[in-house]
Amino acid sequence: MSSRPVSSGQLPGEPNHARRFTTIWLIATLIALPLVIFVLGPELPPGNASQQAAGKVTDNTVLLAMATPVLLLVTIYLIYAVIAFRQPAGGALEGPAVRGDSRIQTAWIVITSALVLSLAAYGTVRLEADNGAGSGNGPKPLTVPSGPKLPVQVIAQQWAFTYRYPTYGGVETTHLYLPDNETIELHVTSIDVIHSFWAYQLGVKADANPDVDNVAFVKPTKLGAFDVRCAELCGIWHGYMYDKGHVVTPSEFATWIAQQQKQMAPATKVLPPYSTTYLPEPTRRAE
Amino acid sequence: MSTTAAAASAPQPTGRPLWRRLIGFNLLTAVILGVAGYYVGALIGHTIDGGKSFEYQAATDEYDLALLLGYFGGVVGFLIGLGFANYPISRMLGRPASLREKEEQGIGRYFGLCTDHKVVGIQYLVGIGVFFFVGGLNAMLIRTELLHPVPTFVGPNQYLSIVGMHGTMMMGMMTSGILGPFANYFVPIMIGARRMAFPRIEALTFWLLMAAGFILTSTIFFGGFPTGWTGYAPLNNEAVMGMDSYICFFALVGLSMALLGLNMMATIITMRAPGLTWSRLPIFVWSVFATSVLMVLAAPMLVATLLMAALDRTINTSFFIAGGGGSSYLFENLFWFFGHPEVYILALPGFGIVLELLPVFTRKPLWGYRLAVSGMLGVSLMSFFVWQHHLFVSGINADLRPFYMLSTEIISIPTGFIFMCVMGTLWKARTSFTVPMMFVLAWTFNFLIGGLSGVFLSDTPSDTDTHGSFFVMAHFHYTIMGGLIFAFFAGIYYWVPKMLGLRLNEKLGKVHFWLMFVAFNSTFMPLFALGMEGMPRRVSTYSPALQTLNVWVSISAFVLGLSMLIFLYNVVYSLIFVRKAATANPWNSKAMEWQVPTPVPVNNFEQIPVFDSDPYDYGIPISVGAGQPAAAGA
Amino acid sequence: MGVVWPRLGNKYGVARESGERGDGDLSVFMKKLLAVGGAVVAIGVLIGLYVADWATTQPTAVASSVATPPNSGGTQLTLETVAAIGPKYEPSHPDWVSYLVRKNGQWVHSTIYTVPANSIVHVTVYQYDGDSGLRNPFLSQVQGTVGGTEVVDGKTINSIDPEEASHTFVIPDLGVFVPLPGVAEEAKNQCEFAPCEGAAHRTIEFSFKTGKKGRYRWQCFVPCAAGYLDGFGGPMQTLGYMDGFINVV
Repeated sequence: MSSRPVSSGQLPGEPNHARRFTTIWLIATLIALPLVIFVLGPELPPGNASQQAAGKVTDNTVLLAMATPVLLLVTIYLIYAVIAFRQPAGGALEGPAVRGDSRIQTAWIVITSALVLSLAAYGTVRLEADNGAGSGNGPKPLTVPSGPKLPVQVIAQQWAFTYRYPTYGGVETTHLYLPDNETIELHVTSIDVIHSFWAYQLGVKADANPDVDNVAFVKPTKLGAFDVRCAELCGIWHGYMYDKGHVVTPSEFATWIAQQQKQMAPATKVLPPYSTTYLPEPTRRAE
Repeated sequence: MSTTAAAASAPQPTGRPLWRRLIGFNLLTAVILGVAGYYVGALIGHTIDGGKSFEYQAATDEYDLALLLGYFGGVVGFLIGLGFANYPISRMLGRPASLREKEEQGIGRYFGLCTDHKVVGIQYLVGIGVFFFVGGLNAMLIRTELLHPVPTFVGPNQYLSIVGMHGTMMMGMMTSGILGPFANYFVPIMIGARRMAFPRIEALTFWLLMAAGFILTSTIFFGGFPTGWTGYAPLNNEAVMGMDSYICFFALVGLSMALLGLNMMATIITMRAPGLTWSRLPIFVWSVFATSVLMVLAAPMLVATLLMAALDRTINTSFFIAGGGGSSYLFENLFWFFGHPEVYILALPGFGIVLELLPVFTRKPLWGYRLAVSGMLGVSLMSFFVWQHHLFVSGINADLRPFYMLSTEIISIPTGFIFMCVMGTLWKARTSFTVPMMFVLAWTFNFLIGGLSGVFLSDTPSDTDTHGSFFVMAHFHYTIMGGLIFAFFAGIYYWVPKMLGLRLNEKLGKVHFWLMFVAFNSTFMPLFALGMEGMPRRVSTYSPALQTLNVWVSISAFVLGLSMLIFLYNVVYSLIFVRKAATANPWNSKAMEWQVPTPVPVNNFEQIPVFDSDPYDYGIPISVGAGQPAAAGA
Repeated sequence: MGVVWPRLGNKYGVARESGERGDGDLSVFMKKLLAVGGAVVAIGVLIGLYVADWATTQPTAVASSVATPPNSGGTQLTLETVAAIGPKYEPSHPDWVSYLVRKNGQWVHSTIYTVPANSIVHVTVYQYDGDSGLRNPFLSQVQGTVGGTEVVDGKTINSIDPEEASHTFVIPDLGVFVPLPGVAEEAKNQCEFAPCEGAAHRTIEFSFKTGKKGRYRWQCFVPCAAGYLDGFGGPMQTLGYMDGFINVV
């Protein structure tokens, strides 16, 4: 070991790799970031069909904007290292015996911790700013939107979603119609296994657990149809629990619900009274 | 010179007739006793079932208790047939312990109980490889079905079973994917020990895994299982008998994992050679240690959860049935309390292999050794505090979500340390692009993507849209397959010259690598888009607008399967036909396992070595004047 | 040397020096290994074929037949529901409740039906099973049929008592929801196993319109799988019993 040559960190004629790499990375980031934020950002899912979904487009843009420099850093570094730091063919050279650098390590720890903690803080703010951002908050949400809310119950069963409107006589329907620009309070529950109510364009996802009332808030802002899918494996027809919901104007909604009340009157008569959870028979093994 | 009593000379085949040689405690006896044990267990189960409390058996034509007890009896019979009961029984009878298990020579050792950790390592390599391919074939079936947005080839029941089998097989088998073959083979050598702390338990973990794999594949005879690898209640209660195969498989896997971790921890803690302080331990051994902690603490949770599910299915308890007073949440929480450390069990050994191989191929010491160690231990510790991020939209208490979002974000900090160490080691290195090194570099890229997508998923608002969709699938395939499996292949190409004394063909290896890397990214990168476009997991039908993307993914998956075939061809070609002998240290590594001769002697070392530094003594020392610390021993 | 070399194939094969290749120079051991390996691969392929066959097994599709008077136009689908399929049709699950379909005068155990597009399908269901009761009473109202009604034993109704429901015939993607009332508990001569000729039953008739081509699923919504949790396991989750496909061609 003592007969090995000793050299300084910088060999003569060798380019300043640190400066080169940092320049390349900065240029790449300066090109990519505006593209990500302004061109890609507004197109990100889940779209702008509801207040919650629009908030998440912003959220996804922020996340992507924070991920882009990191992605570029490591990827460009890998490519740079593969090109610049090679063993010449058949050579047996060794690199500098550096085991660490406390400045770089500290900087890395501080920067990643700051990034990550700020993301956690931003995520929390985003979560509660939109009253759960369309997710299922459980029976007792942390923040409840003020003002009037339309309660709609989503009953998940094997293998279809049905929807109940408690303020309209507890009428139950097979299709989900929601009035535009009103805050909807969704109560998602299941009567058998675990399902998940996923209204894609509205940015709503709430698991349906038996005997649990899972509350999600959404305020649709665009008229049109949205996809409803089941997002938790619930058996043979899990992938086929697909439906189309509609966001309509409040007057169209009033017409529709009145028509449903008339049409589904025989069914409404035999329905149990509205409750946030149901445990219909058989609750254990069927006889 | 070695004077082990049994090693005076290699015993030659004695010329006994084949049928005489087959009698004894070996695989054939094990299979026979396993089948017998199955029938004994099933008989006991049917007898109990005949009682009045199980009227449901008559209505459903299902005999869950008989099947579960049959599997249990089968496994017990199988293990007895292999000879695992010999040592406990002979000790209980006061007889001295038999060393016979380690003395046997020849290829027969690989098909039975062998307490030589090197033999167990190779058994694991082949055994896990076989089940990896079975899981991979399931994946090919899945992608074939997903070529069309309407169900075409595979019936909906069978499709769910195949999806479940793919996930379950992979998760169950690949948790021991690196610890099984490589840690078992090399940890004792790396730490200067002659054996593992508990050699028989080591062999037991392997055979438990093999029995488990067989049990899982037998599920197709019993109707398959519809729950996917997560096995959620109450669906697992409604399921037909095939669910019991899943329960039994994972219980055995959990047992195997816990014992494997225990063995590793005991070995690493107690059997290090003189001079091998914790700060001189190879980073691979550190990763094994961190993984073992998780295995020992998390795996028993799985076994307990599955026991409760089995009780619910057979004797009508209600742990997870809301109608009986239980809660479906209980299963989710118990499962994920195991499930999250489980995925770090998958990731950590990958970290270890990558950091272990980098110094060898960059001819530099490992940069940031202490940071890497604290990263691994940090990941290990934090992995127990994040599991509820799998339940963000399940309706858990809303107060908890910011906490788990924070803890999940925090766990990415120690994970980042590994990347810093990789990048630091690559800085101004002299990299030779051998096949193992290429896999290491690919790991870095893949795990980066996987890790960054994990940051998206840890953010609850974003997770609301991507939970239960193909985005999650892309994330975990990038971290598990792009991470663990790439590290697994790096380990294979790196260590096969030591394990088998033969070189794998370098050109074929490069073809395999490039095909696998390109096909892998082509398969799984679009899944992020599919998930964000609204395609849920575990479905065989999807919006027709997504068909083009699905066809692209399927074709890439077939190419990925082809790359595995090329690997297999390389194995057969290099190990059977060409058989190019490897020198004792083809990579010119300074690590201990390369300082022993090839093939490794039966007791590893003639004399226990004394360590005076860590194995990363590469590189040209920097003069103090340049401002960098001089390379000294740890 | 006193050290034993536990090498794979040490006694049987000789590793060549580095760089040397021996074509066609395989040792006996290697040949044996290849033979065993080949046998394993062959068995593997056979197992693979078996698994592929298992994976793609589905009940055979049965086409609806030409409608007879008094129904004009469209096609006729005749189904029956039985409390237990019986050992004759299904020895592995004789106690599972199931639908059967009539084809050329015979009862066939299948739930995949082929019907023409843009036409009317007249369905007659012979209900031989007793009632279990709906879990979600909402499904007791008839929806999506022609006229929004069904004819039960000659009487036209638009909803049933949810406690009396024995099965449903629901095609969610076509909006067809038809509850099927069951045989009364005290009825005499109830059918035990299929085939169920002459036993106590109820006759339900309804019609629905098909639109464009496609493959639509249909299912039962009544918890009729005896012995399973929520009544929804086993036959309720297996193609060929209480679930099926409507191929609109």
